[in-house]
Amino acid sequence: MKIKVLTFGVTRDIIGEDVLFLDLPAGSTVADVRTHLTERFPPIEKLASLMFAVNAEYATSEAQLAELDELALIPPVSGG
Amino acid sequence: MTDIQLQTTTLSEAACRQFVADNQAGAIVMFSGTVRNQTQGKLVLRLEFEAYEPMAIAEMRKIAEQAIRQFDVLKISIHHRVGVLAIGEIPVVITVSAKHRQAAFAACQFCIDTLKQTVPIWKKEVFEDGAIWVAAHP
Repeated sequence: MKIKVLTFGVTRDIIGEDVLFLDLPAGSTVADVRTHLTERFPPIEKLASLMFAVNAEYATSEAQLAELDELALIPPVSGG
Repeated sequence: MTDIQLQTTTLSEAACRQFVADNQAGAIVMFSGTVRNQTQGKLVLRLEFEAYEPMAIAEMRKIAEQAIRQFDVLKISIHHRVGVLAIGEIPVVITVSAKHRQAAFAACQFCIDTLKQTVPIWKKEVFEDGAIWVAAHP
């Protein structure tokens, strides 16, 4: 299945793209994407924290992804 | 009633105040963020804000709705800016009206504290010799 990954802030600098398309086995979870990304982009491991949102809602690492889901990488936020 | 906006243009404190104005209100409390010229003694030239826009709006709305449930307040307005901001400009304005001041202060503080923890907005500090994403690294 294909999913769309959005990068923001420091994660965009690390990955070098705004958007990344991944082709994953059916049943993949947020944790699987995290593992894939940290292998491919090791500096991700050094962030103070990394959260994820699926279709614009915060998601746990156990959350299962579905075809065409939009997964956003949320490094430490700093609004205000 | 809530009023949530994410905008690329200068924020208007007057517009926020006008939204929360209410004949039942005995108090209006406003938190107005300000871009300061230094971080830990280092000169800041400007800030650059970016947001995951649909989610940032949804999360700001959740915060305002939570505050309305939790505190005895009338109306809440949360406006946040994105893009490049110069020293002295306003990144965020949170305005709350309530019958009594205690609730207005408490709700306003709750909104800004929660916004800083949950809303997907990122700030880059630009210095003379480089730039960093705030809080990205331990």
